[in-house]
Amino acid sequence: MSILINKNTKLIVQGITGRDGSFHASKMKEYGTNVVGGTSPGKAGQEVSGIPVFNTVKDAVAATGANTSIIFVPAPFAKDAMLEAIDGGIKLVICITEGVPTLDAVAAQRYARIKGVSVIGPNCPGLISPDESMAGIMPTNIFKKGHTGVISRSGTLTYEVVYNLTQAGLGQSTAVGVGGDPVVGLYFEELLRMFQDDPETDSIALIGEIGGDAEERAAKFIKEHVTKPVAVFISGQQAPPGKQMGHAGAIISSGSGSASEKIAAFEAVGVPVARETREIPELLKKQLNR
Amino acid sequence: MKVHEYQAKKFFASYGLPVDRNIICRTPDEAVAAYKQLGVEKAVVKAQVHTGGRGKAGGVKLGSSEAEIRQHAEAILGMNIKGFIVDRVLVSEAVDIASEYYMSILVDRKSKCPMLMLSRAGGMDIEQVAKETPEKIEKIVIDPVVGMNDYLAREAAFKLFDNMAQVKQAVPVFKNIYKLFTEKDASLAEINPLVLLKDGTLKAIDAKMTFDDNALFRHPDVAELFEPTEEERKEREAKDKGFSYVNLGGSIGCMVNGAGLAMATMDMIKLYGGEPANFLDIGGSSNPEKIVEAMKLLLSDKHVKVVLINIFGGITRCDDVANGLLEAFKVIETDIPIVIRLTGTNEAEGRAILEGTHFTVGTSMADAGHKAVELSKKL
Repeated sequence: MSILINKNTKLIVQGITGRDGSFHASKMKEYGTNVVGGTSPGKAGQEVSGIPVFNTVKDAVAATGANTSIIFVPAPFAKDAMLEAIDGGIKLVICITEGVPTLDAVAAQRYARIKGVSVIGPNCPGLISPDESMAGIMPTNIFKKGHTGVISRSGTLTYEVVYNLTQAGLGQSTAVGVGGDPVVGLYFEELLRMFQDDPETDSIALIGEIGGDAEERAAKFIKEHVTKPVAVFISGQQAPPGKQMGHAGAIISSGSGSASEKIAAFEAVGVPVARETREIPELLKKQLNR
Repeated sequence: MKVHEYQAKKFFASYGLPVDRNIICRTPDEAVAAYKQLGVEKAVVKAQVHTGGRGKAGGVKLGSSEAEIRQHAEAILGMNIKGFIVDRVLVSEAVDIASEYYMSILVDRKSKCPMLMLSRAGGMDIEQVAKETPEKIEKIVIDPVVGMNDYLAREAAFKLFDNMAQVKQAVPVFKNIYKLFTEKDASLAEINPLVLLKDGTLKAIDAKMTFDDNALFRHPDVAELFEPTEEERKEREAKDKGFSYVNLGGSIGCMVNGAGLAMATMDMIKLYGGEPANFLDIGGSSNPEKIVEAMKLLLSDKHVKVVLINIFGGITRCDDVANGLLEAFKVIETDIPIVIRLTGTNEAEGRAILEGTHFTVGTSMADAGHKAVELSKKL
């Protein structure tokens, strides 16, 4: 088992004929993801790496039974692409695109909620259930099937932590990059619940960063609802206040959102916080008594 | 992106919000002329700077004669407020205040919706109010599907006012500021204070707006108001090249792909006893020219004694990075030691390309971090 995606996932790629879309569509297919189609208006009938292209999401869904979509279109068009996927019958939308205006994300997330659709991103690396399906831009060779769930606000930091986990013999059930923007879809609390409920997941690595108070809320949620071992890493301890650290959402503002407050919140509920990423496997193993 | 009070007030006025009469001035002469033009007895001279706390710094002064206005303008123009030199003052009519209120709209991360924040404790430092007396702040989440309708604006108005005439005046204020907020892709629209005058009318006597950088492409009228500091100019130049850069003042320059990993890298350097010179995220996609530009950017900081390159290949391919490095060092002459860590897509190819060159190759992030810190201490 895993969460959100598995062998039954039927994925379409919105923006499949673009540079990033075509590159990652073929990478995902290579990994074994069931990529059933892609969209690019006016290019129906073409193929990208043997994947059929459709004009619209509705056409693609009708022809393939797709239930999941991944978006690679440029930022000005990302809102439209998300709305199209949500309206087209897709149940899980993953938006990789970086630089999406916040109010566009607000509109798309609201429509997703109305339609009962889950969104991951924008500005995220996607997700992977190792050996089953990868919907994202992740370097698949570092992942190994196993029992640790990974939730992260950062792409490359996810890879760093997963690399450490795999080397330490801790495989992953599913790893999700939730995205670095202030407004994104599925977040810590929803994913913690999914991992808590997933019988194949026995532990959780949570990677947070400065900005907002989602980590503080996650700490509270863990205390109340999560019985599985959790280890945390928070990046941005050296970040100066008021500066946006790459991710649009990574900013310490008006004295809140700092790494030290987040670390304190987890420590207060007994969740161990790693000082550097490579400590995470050890912190989980200790709790798993391995 | 921040704008000045007078620019925010122009946006306010164009959306029908009641603002005080004001004139922007660059010299004491202009300030005196503005005072005459306003034709009021009392006027306020306010520093226009991209930072808070100008009142405490002496950047806001009340005057009631040409001589006083001139004196205040002379004192405030050229003033250094938290590193910002004042080059403009706003001269505005002084008003008779009966009571002060706070209101703002921002995007709430938790509800993923715009949110209205209101308080009867206006004119104060709202962060302090939030910390010390959070019960004095009312929050109303605005469903973007529904928007700011009359009923919601009324609901908001009743949080601030008990008198129906005032509620009626406040309704269009809330509706219009929400319209402005959404149409211009603001990330903050704040009136502090929104004042009730002794004559019973409402006025915004201060205005603060910041805008979503990601949406500037569709708002040229906002984008043209960008006034970068020296530091921001460097950050913006970096951004135009696809980088995120923040200077931190230390000696170990960092080049990393991905914001989270870049933050973790600078945290690690500090943990190991070194001082990070910067945050630099070179982004997802990979091309050698980008590496050249990133190296130039790092080496333009004279404090940098060692460069640590930490690349975990996702979209970024390690062989591209290695080629980019070799190419960069054909163009850039430097004696600065370079420590590099490459892991991920095509890592074997990447490392093979770097073999036999003068780069110090770390076997892991921690190994590279230790090596960079050691080198920085020797130099």
